Amino acid sequence: MTAAAIEITGLVKRYGDRTAVAGIDVTIGSGEVFGLLGPNGAGKTTTVEILEGYRNADAGTVRVLGLDPIRDAAALRPRIGVMLQEGGLYPGVKPRELLDLFAAFYDEPDDPARLLRLVGLDDAATTMVRRLSGGQAQRLSLALALVGRPEMVFLDEPTAGMDPRARADTWELIRTLRSTGTTVLLTTHYMDEAEQLCDRLAILDHGVIVAAGTPTEVIDTVTEPTLRFTTASPIDPTPLAATINRTIDTIGPEYVVGGVPSPAVIASIAAWLADHGTQLTELRTGQASLEEVFLRLTEEPDATEARSEAGRGRRSAR
Amino acid sequence: MSTKAVAAQTKLELAMTLRRGESLLVTLAIPVGILVFFGKVNRLSSVSGDPVDFLVPGVLSLAVMASAMVSLGIATGFERRYGVLKRLGSTPLSRGGLLAAKTLNVVVIETLQVIVIVATGSALGWHLDGAIVPAIGLLLLGTIAFAGIGMFLAGTLRAEANLALANALFLVLMFLGGMAYPLAKLPDAIESIARLLPAAALAECVRAVLNHHAFPVGSFVVLLVWAISAPLAAARWFKWEEA
Repeated sequence: MTAAAIEITGLVKRYGDRTAVAGIDVTIGSGEVFGLLGPNGAGKTTTVEILEGYRNADAGTVRVLGLDPIRDAAALRPRIGVMLQEGGLYPGVKPRELLDLFAAFYDEPDDPARLLRLVGLDDAATTMVRRLSGGQAQRLSLALALVGRPEMVFLDEPTAGMDPRARADTWELIRTLRSTGTTVLLTTHYMDEAEQLCDRLAILDHGVIVAAGTPTEVIDTVTEPTLRFTTASPIDPTPLAATINRTIDTIGPEYVVGGVPSPAVIASIAAWLADHGTQLTELRTGQASLEEVFLRLTEEPDATEARSEAGRGRRSAR
Repeated sequence: MSTKAVAAQTKLELAMTLRRGESLLVTLAIPVGILVFFGKVNRLSSVSGDPVDFLVPGVLSLAVMASAMVSLGIATGFERRYGVLKRLGSTPLSRGGLLAAKTLNVVVIETLQVIVIVATGSALGWHLDGAIVPAIGLLLLGTIAFAGIGMFLAGTLRAEANLALANALFLVLMFLGGMAYPLAKLPDAIESIARLLPAAALAECVRAVLNHHAFPVGSFVVLLVWAISAPLAAARWFKWEEA
């Protein structure tokens, strides 16, 4: 990591009495792919739009490539690429025309024809923008964000509305950006996307950062390693939990054992199942997924209650 | 803002304007249609002299109102709705560059309109003379006033409300503007209000210059006030994003 591409210090943004961003600090290194995660309304887009120079901060400072996004806008705009969460395209033009237009805004633009191929729109180059599918429009927005060969790219939910093929291609494109040293800040709702692409990430909830680090670090800080198993026929986990002196959560078809998955515990579980003539169909140890971490960190307290009352998914036994 | 960026933006703005059928209807077909219909087919009888002499200055003013207020305003309102204005805001084309491109777009379309209207008028017996030069100056002043109104509406209203209001305003100002129908034939109370509106002010100025080689100070002052206040209002209240 060399010089910071982005420095956010004590950033606060309010809309009326609602605080959208409540004092966050983030540093993104040059050449990093950084993910900003969080539920709807967490403050992701507000943060990104302050970095892009669309909104001013109520408190705190932000620097992008060492510059103030509003005061130094004229110097910064040629060096950044922006993909808005939605919109931003003239409906009555063709993708190629729009790329040619944007190419004219920059001193040393990328080749529009090459970019159209890269995002898989060469077939749609002469289709009017209003006739593009949602995923195609997203890919055009992505190409427009890249046409100026930016040092820093902001992607607000870049793969929303894309089919799996387009999504995989977009991931590949983002990996290519990283390999060429471009710094990427992306927001996403897809945890697999964040896990696959991001060097580091931050989870934002109600305007504050609730976890940050590499995907592995974020998972580690929030959860312990777990032991999970499934059986051929359902078991009552309560006596087993008592025998091994651990908690056992029933999540869907899986039994999730609390605490460190030591070999002794695994042996006890195997022995108990053998005693009860139950076939073990799967047993694995490992980390929770980023998705589970995300859900746990951003869970609404009343939503948890509602869920356990409805008895959906999770029951706990000790 | 680079010249290359403004040139590219102007080129695309022009292409989009020429592709919009409804825009060509309001900027070319309606003004030329009025000139031909009331000048030749169903000759306006409420004016003294040749109705074509009355109509050419009015229709030139109407054309400016159509381009600068209706076509520019409606297009800009929808660009705001679609987030295009926002997206352009983070490119090196600056807001100044975008406004320059939009201005050039309007001026090019107006040049086309003036050529077509003058040619049609001449074919109907109207005589072009040197007074067209100060008349064009007045049309440019009118462009500033109407573009200010169009951008004010585009930057403050929802795109659909802007569309409806710009079209309604076009119709009302056309009838109260002395463009296709003489102001003097309106009821007195309405006439005195109409004279304070930018449409009548522009049409009266252009008509006085073209037909009488005269300069109506009153109408000119009204036009000047609109040309200063409307762009100021637009600059003050224009929002680049629809809430």
